[in-house]
Order: sequence, then structure tokens, then C-alpha cells
Amino acid sequence: MNLHVSGDIGTRTLAIIDAMKDLEGPLLPILHEVQAEFGYVPQESLPVIAKALNLSRAEVHGVVTFYHDFRDHPTGRHVLKLCRAEACQSMGGDAIADRVKALLGIDFHQTTLDGAVTLEPVYCLGLCSCAPSAMLDGAVHARLDAASAAELVQEARR
Amino acid sequence: MSLIHEIDYGTPASKSEKMVTLTIDGREVTVTEGTSIMRASMDAGIEIPKLCATDMMDAFGSCRLCLVEIQGRAGMPASCTTPVAPGLVVSTQTPRLKDVRRGVMELYISDHPLDCLTCAANGDCELQDMAGAVGLRDVRYGYEGENHVRARNDGAINVKWQPKDESNPYFTFDSSKCIVCSRCVRACEEVQGTFALTIEGRGFDSRVSAGMHEDFVSSECVSCGACVQACPTATLTEKSVIEIGQPEHSVVTTCAYCGVGCSFKAEMRGEELVRMVPWKDGQANRGHSCVKGRFAYGYSTHRDRILNPMIREKITDPWREVSWEEAFAHVASEFRRIQYQYGRDSIGGITSSRCTNEETYLVQKIVRAGFGNNNVDTCARVCHSPTGYGLGQTFGTSAGTQNFDSVEETDVVIVIGANPTDGHPVFASRLKKRLRQGAKLIVIDPRRIDLVKGPHVEASYHLPLRPGTNVAVVTALAHVIVTEGLFDEKFIRERCDWSEFEDWAAFVSEDRHSPEAVEGLTGVSAELIRGAARLFATGGNGSIYYGLGVTEHSQGSTTVMAIANLAMATGNIGRPGVGVNPLRGQNNVQGSCDMGSFPHELPGYRHISDDATRETFEKLWGVSLSNEPGLRIPNMLDAAVEGSFKGIYIQGEDILQSDPDTRHVSAGLAAMECVVVQDLFLNETANYAHVFLPGSTFLEKDGTFTNAERRINRVRRVMTPRNGLADWEVTQKLAQAMGLAWNYGHPSEIMDEIAATTPSFALVSYDYLEKMGSVQWPCNEKHPQGSPIMHVDGFVRGKGKFIRTEYVATDEKTGPRFPLLLTTGRILSQYNVGAQTRRTDNVVWHEEDRLEIHPHDAENRGIRDGDWVRLASRSGETTLHALITDRVSPGVVYTTFHHPDTQANVITTDFSDWATNCPEYKVTAVQVSPSNGPSDWQVEYDEQARRSRRIAGKLEAAE
Repeated sequence: MNLHVSGDIGTRTLAIIDAMKDLEGPLLPILHEVQAEFGYVPQESLPVIAKALNLSRAEVHGVVTFYHDFRDHPTGRHVLKLCRAEACQSMGGDAIADRVKALLGIDFHQTTLDGAVTLEPVYCLGLCSCAPSAMLDGAVHARLDAASAAELVQEARR
Repeated sequence: MSLIHEIDYGTPASKSEKMVTLTIDGREVTVTEGTSIMRASMDAGIEIPKLCATDMMDAFGSCRLCLVEIQGRAGMPASCTTPVAPGLVVSTQTPRLKDVRRGVMELYISDHPLDCLTCAANGDCELQDMAGAVGLRDVRYGYEGENHVRARNDGAINVKWQPKDESNPYFTFDSSKCIVCSRCVRACEEVQGTFALTIEGRGFDSRVSAGMHEDFVSSECVSCGACVQACPTATLTEKSVIEIGQPEHSVVTTCAYCGVGCSFKAEMRGEELVRMVPWKDGQANRGHSCVKGRFAYGYSTHRDRILNPMIREKITDPWREVSWEEAFAHVASEFRRIQYQYGRDSIGGITSSRCTNEETYLVQKIVRAGFGNNNVDTCARVCHSPTGYGLGQTFGTSAGTQNFDSVEETDVVIVIGANPTDGHPVFASRLKKRLRQGAKLIVIDPRRIDLVKGPHVEASYHLPLRPGTNVAVVTALAHVIVTEGLFDEKFIRERCDWSEFEDWAAFVSEDRHSPEAVEGLTGVSAELIRGAARLFATGGNGSIYYGLGVTEHSQGSTTVMAIANLAMATGNIGRPGVGVNPLRGQNNVQGSCDMGSFPHELPGYRHISDDATRETFEKLWGVSLSNEPGLRIPNMLDAAVEGSFKGIYIQGEDILQSDPDTRHVSAGLAAMECVVVQDLFLNETANYAHVFLPGSTFLEKDGTFTNAERRINRVRRVMTPRNGLADWEVTQKLAQAMGLAWNYGHPSEIMDEIAATTPSFALVSYDYLEKMGSVQWPCNEKHPQGSPIMHVDGFVRGKGKFIRTEYVATDEKTGPRFPLLLTTGRILSQYNVGAQTRRTDNVVWHEEDRLEIHPHDAENRGIRDGDWVRLASRSGETTLHALITDRVSPGVVYTTFHHPDTQANVITTDFSDWATNCPEYKVTAVQVSPSNGPSDWQVEYDEQARRSRRIAGKLEAAE
């Protein structure tokens, strides 16, 4: 294979790698940065990362697919994650999930047609003591009920 | 005969020497420290259930089946990941363990198809065995839930199901049968070192993936077969097993491809070969294989194989099939007629590095004893003859100094002029394993070979030298080592001739040999050479591995001597982990040289002018031998063109395709009156033959091959020769037709004759090989166990000899008309001239030879990737497709020579090594330009080849 990296994604990935490859265990930080750059981890980035770090494509693919937070496609402008773990389920999480899905008109792993919100399940945010919980773009929200869930959807819609 | 079942100890052996005693199931067991409890109990004959463990790989501890209970310890540790300790009291079977194991198996089986009766692994399935071993009787979870097994669940598409991947020509990947034990992933990483496989996803979504969820053929997979061997289920299965069924008996034999000489079990059903499985006890390969040896044996039953002897008057006539008797009588009378007419020296023979030692011995014997001259040569002439000469001069033996196991103890490796991942893949895997453990690597090669940088491997130094400047670079390395005082004075004073060292040291210390002085010449920066020299001299055990990139030069022998100097100067000879290691190209090129295939040497590298040696053979053979060396291959061809050489017997070598300057070779052959070719196929040389004697494959005969580490390995017949006779029988019958009283009943009798006449083989016999598995020569009274490492207590020649290595530039120079340097090599999936591998499914990886050219050179010439280009040298021209890559430096182009229609050797010149005539394949000045298609020569050649392959009464033989 040629060293020449073609296209914009390759070039931008290479710039990220160059800045971070001397870190100890650079693969995860690089993948986070790539996701921050593109909003997801483009498939075209993987061979570039593999080559630069002396890894195989398979190894990088294995790492990326292991973590649900690394995405292989772009999301909506906002990501709303609802906790689906045991504690939240026992505190009415199922009803909250149904309500949120109805308000957004989508199921888990889908994005609203206007591209505003992507809805995802998450298995434990570590907020079991104040379940049910959710996370909107990295900010956590707890003790949700029907009203606060609707507010959260409103906020995400914006 | 039965199927050989190798014991799987579950985890690799420990290398410790300290012993530990523990109790397993009431039995006292003593094993080495660091051994796993699993292995210790297998040693004692107690088999602990397991799925993810196998002794080819490190313990992983994921299947949760091999749990044991240990007195005084809580829980149930996995026996594969728990090392033994003194006094442990281990139980492998308790009511609690039984319950847990059964529970684990229930979970496995709840997501596994229940089609055992129609499954290809039926009879060879560890999952099935384990279900039996733990007494699984019921699966309480049922089979209805989420699964990877069925394409549809209640009519709905099952997204977890994945269709079979049949992209690889030799094996299938059926993810529905996978238990995600990771054995394939670990085999690819730990054994092969390619890292082409991974587990994608997590939890119930986990699945084996080739590359980035690619099919196997598009992924990084090199098809070595390690994953297939490791798979405990039918997930990865040889297509041949799916087609034929399980084998019923197996025979251990030796691969007939490269010089690594891997041992395989040929697993058979009747006379049908079901599969080749690398043998764990094979001391060269230690249970590993590559795509060629493991899978590419289909040529042996290919329809192109010629099975009847054939004769023709003129090479423009069609072939006429005849009986063996007629063929032998014809050759005998023709050879006698030619000798009567043109003199005794007008005929000769070429031995084959593809054939067995015994067969090679017979061919040189028929030449010396039957033809009455020494006109015998071998294909080693064109590959490793400089190794024989160079190492013979410096150390006293014409062979590598180490065994392959030695690589496990090396600290710094120089790879020069070799591309092990393509040419010697199993050795490359063993080398990469050592590199991943921390050994350092220096690559000296014009091309950025895979070892320079790849998954988990990176060379500390890559010296991308200009082709033809090996001597200058190696001498510059020596310059640094000597002038910076990094040489091993104690070793040199003890083992070598000190005054010769002083002379050599003064020579290499001259300023003109400094890295700075040769920088302009070699194209390698002085800093790189200095760094590499320091690393090699001070990095611990230093070993040098080299290939044809060293020998196939006008200064091939000089480079070999320079390498030997370097090893002696740094004290890297005579113990494990060091040494000078030629990577031999062909399966038996070492053996064919050992067997006296050169015109000046009798078996065991004894010069033909030595009266005592000659007398040994004269007495035994009842003839008188000429004390004058005979003709080398190029001399035979020259003599043919001049009209004094008229007949040749060529066993298993395609000189027209493999030897340099094709036009000269074809002119020589065309000038002869009786060319006899013995081969599996109508090869390119056969286009100029008058007699064709069908050959047999390595599966069809008994014999021995000697690999690159001097290891004599048995080749065992597993099927009847399809052509009726093994190659040694053909030579014997030809000898009989010529009036020689030969009467060998079995190749073992030929080996007995070799042992009786050749001191370095004195103790070798088939019985002894049966007992030892294999031995490395010298194997005699002094070394009854053979010699894994040579020169242990001193050099064979006495004192190691330092020789001055003056760099002399080749006469083949670039200029305005031919500004680029062409170098040639090969690729993993194809072998040599490709006569065999082109007749297997290996062609999916390499359909044609392509010309690698640097983007800069391509742009200057208006060449785009994939374009037809014309490649021209002073000798000739050909055309092929371009591959634009920066693996080659600007100014250097590269191609392979696996396909006859490319005719790369039309381009190469007839310059050759000054000492041995080994041709300078690796340096040719060329020009590259855009082209529209095949050259006139290629079209003409194709037409001639097509016409000359006609067989009377048959449809045109297809190539």
C-alpha cells in the first residue's frame, strides 16, 4: 500500500496523529480526537491510524467497535442518552424512554429527520442513587419524570 | 497407518530449568517452573477440558472450562493461566467443577447450530469433544432466543447472523459456528505475526472480523492457515475437508517449496490428499506454515501435468507420446551418438534443487560415471553459489552456521538482501515473534520490505542502498566497528588468524571505506550506517540473515565474505542467537550443493582434483573419473552456441525462465541436438527439448531434503506416482539404458551410498532419521546428534579467515539511455518461476508480475498506476503493468519473475559473480516508458511456446 494519504479525512487524521503519537498508549486519545474532529470515527481514518502506530487495520477496528461511544457515522447536532440499566429501569425508566421516543418520533439509535437529536441507550451513568437519569451532550440530568423529560427533549430540539 | 494425533498441552512449554513438584488428582507431578497447571496435568496424562487454550499460543483464560480447585485457595482458577507452585494440591474434577463446566457448555451450545452430523468438523471438533467430556445432556435455555445461528428468527431477518465468507480459495469462515474463543485471532498475532484478525464489538455482539469487517481475501490475511489450524470448531475449515471429509491416515513429510523446509502431516483419505497440516515436532517450523506449503499443492493433480514420456525429432515438430523404454533407449542412443560425433565432453546434466538429495546424487553420478565428464551443474549456480564460495573461504564450510531455533535467542538482527515475509514466511514469523519480544532489527535493502515497518515490527535502521553497493555498505559497517574499537578482540585472538585480522582491519579503516566517503556511492546516509554498526556491535547476540539480494551480484561472493568478516569481528559465531544465515531459496538447494552438483566438487564439497576423494568414488562406481572440473551452466550454453556442446539432461529446472539473458539461453538450447527435460509440466525450457520425461511430485516419492539450516528431513511417499516412476527411478533406468549397472531398490540405499562416501553424512541413514526425526549435518562420529550450531569450539577450517573486500562497481551502469536500476524479487503467494503456484488458486493473490516504480520516476515519464509500460535494458525489452509505490526509492524499479509471459529475464544481463558465475539478477540498468501492450518478443515467444507444446493426437495443451 502506498503511504500517500488521499483526501481530506486522511490528511486531517494524519495531523491529529502527528500531534498525539508520542503519548503513551496513543490509540484511544487519537480516536477521541478524531471523533471530536469529524463527529464520528470515519472508516477512512482507521488504516491511516493503523499505519502510523504500527498496528494492523484489524486491531484498530477491534478497538473502535468495542466502545459504543466511538461512532461510525455522524450523529444529530445533539445526543441524548437515556440510562437503561437496572436501577433506572426500576425507577420508571421504561416509561421515560417511551415518552421521550414518542416526543422525538424516533427509536433508539435513530436521529430526528431535522438532524437535531440522536437518541441512544446507555448502560449506567453511575447515577443510580438519583435514577432515572439521562445525559444530553455530556451534561447529566437526574431524577427525571415526565415533565423534566419533556423539558430535556425541548432543550435538545433547540 | 493411522492418523497422527498430536497431544495439545494447552499452553507452551516453559523454558525454565528449575523443577517444581505438585499433586494433581492425587498424583505427584514434577514439571519446570512456569508451567501451567493445565500443561502439568496433561504431562501426567490428565486432560482438563478446554476450548480457548492450545499449546501454540499463550494462555488466554476466556473459555472458563478449564477451571480447577486448589486446596487452600478460594474459587476456581483457570488451569491455563495458573502456574504451578511447589506443594499445590489440585483437583481437576469435583462436583462443583462438574456443575460449572456443564453450565458453561450449556451457554456455548445455546448459540451454536446442532448440525453435527452434516458438519465438516464432524470427527474433528473440540466443541463436540468437550460437550462429551463434561456430560452435556440438556440445554435449559432452549434455542429460540437471540442467536448468531439462523438467518431468520420467526420469519424476521436476524441481523446477528452473517453468511459464510468463502472469499479465500482454501478455507471458509462460518461465523454462525463461532464460539469467540479468540484462538484464530491469537494465532494470527502470536504465531503468524500478521494481526489480520480481531474481535469486533463486545458482549453478545462479539464476532471474529478479518481486517475492518472485510472478507478474508480483502483483509490483511496472508492465508498461512494458522487460524484454521487453531479453530476448535467448524468456523474456519479447509475447503478440501468440506469437500472430501475427514482424513483417515497421515504421513509426516517435508514441504517442497522454500529453503525453510517445514515439516507437514500429509493427511490422507486413501490416496487422496485431504490437507497438509504443519507438524508441531517439525524442528524448522515448530508447527507453523505459509500459504504455499499449507495449501498450494493442487499442482500435483493439475491437468497440465504430463504423465507420458514424449519424443520429437525437431523442436518445431509436435510431441509424440512413447513408452518409457523407447524414451530411455532414444536418450541413451542419442547421447552416445553425440559423444561419438562431438567428443566425450559434448554432453552434460543439470541437477535440481527441487528434487531429493538421492535424486540429485544420481544425476551427478550419471554425468560423472555415465557421461564420463564433470559437466554437471545446478540451479544453485544462479542463487547461492557465492554463499558456498564465500563461507567456504572464511569459515571452511559452505553452509549457514545456525538452526532456525537460534533466532529465539538473538538480540540484533541484520537482514540484508532478503525479504523473509515473502520468500521465507515461516522463518519471518519466527523472526517477528523475537522482534516483538524486543530484539532490534537492521534492514539493508533497496526496497522498503514489509519487515521495515508493519504491525508491531519496526526496523531500528533501514539502509536503502543503491542496488549493487552491498560491499561498500558492509565494509563501511566494518569501518565503523573497527575504527570505533567495537570489535571483539578476545574472540578474534582465540578463533581467528590475528595477522589476517590486522591486515583486514587496516584495510577497512582506510578513510575511503568510511560511511561518509561511500555516502554518495551507496545513497545511504553516513549517520544511518554508523548507527547500525554501533547497534550491531554492541546490542548483544548479533545475527545476520541474507538472501539472493546479496549473492546475485557481480560481487556476490565478496559480500558473503564481508558478512562473514563482520560476524567474526563482532564475535558473533559459534553459539545460539548469532551467526551467518543464508536463507536458501529452494527446498533442497542446500542438499543439491552438498550432493556434488557443481562441476568442480564431489559430494561433501570435495574438489574433483583431490585424488583421495576421487579414488573413493572410482572404487565404488568402478569407473575412472576426470580430475578436471566440467562446464558450468553458462559455459555449457556458450559452448552450445559455439557448437561443441550438443546434449543435456535437465532434471527439474526451467533454465529458460529462471536463468539470466533469456535470448542467450534459448540460442544455446536451440543449438543442441538432444535436450532432455524431466519435469512435471511442459515448462519453458521444454519448448526447446527433444525428449520429455515426466517427473513426479514430492508427494509421490521417498527421499530427503536438506533445508537452509543443513537439516536433513525425510520426504515420504503418500501416493503412487501419476507418471508411473519416481524421479530417482527415471534417472536409474536412464543409467541402465546407458549401460550402467545400477540397482537401487529404494532411495534409502542411495543415502547409504552417500553416507559411505561422504564424511559429513557418515551417520545418516533412513533408520537414523526415523529415530531422530531429522539431523543437521555434519552428522558423523564427531557429531553423532548432528550439528545445530556450527563452529562451536573453533572454525571448521581451523582459524577464521578475514578477507579484504574491495568494492568494485558492476559494469552494469546507468546512463542517459538506461537511467534506472532494476532489481528483482518474489512475492509470498508465488514460488520461483511459478510452474507450481501458478497452477493453484494462489493466483488470486498475484495474477501477473508488475513493475514497482517510485511516484517521482513515474510522473517524469507520464506513467499512471496500472499502465502498460515498456521495460528495456541493454539485453532486451518486455512489457508489463506499472505499480506506483514509494516502497522503492527514486531511481530504482522492481519486479517479480513468476510469470513466463513477463519474461523479466529477457531484461537481465549476463554479468555475473567474479568467483562463481552467479548471475547479476539484482542490478540491471533499464529505461521505462509508456507502452500499448506486449512487445514483439513477447508475442513471438508466446507463439513459439504455443507451437512447441503441441502433442500429436491431442488437443493443444493449455498453459
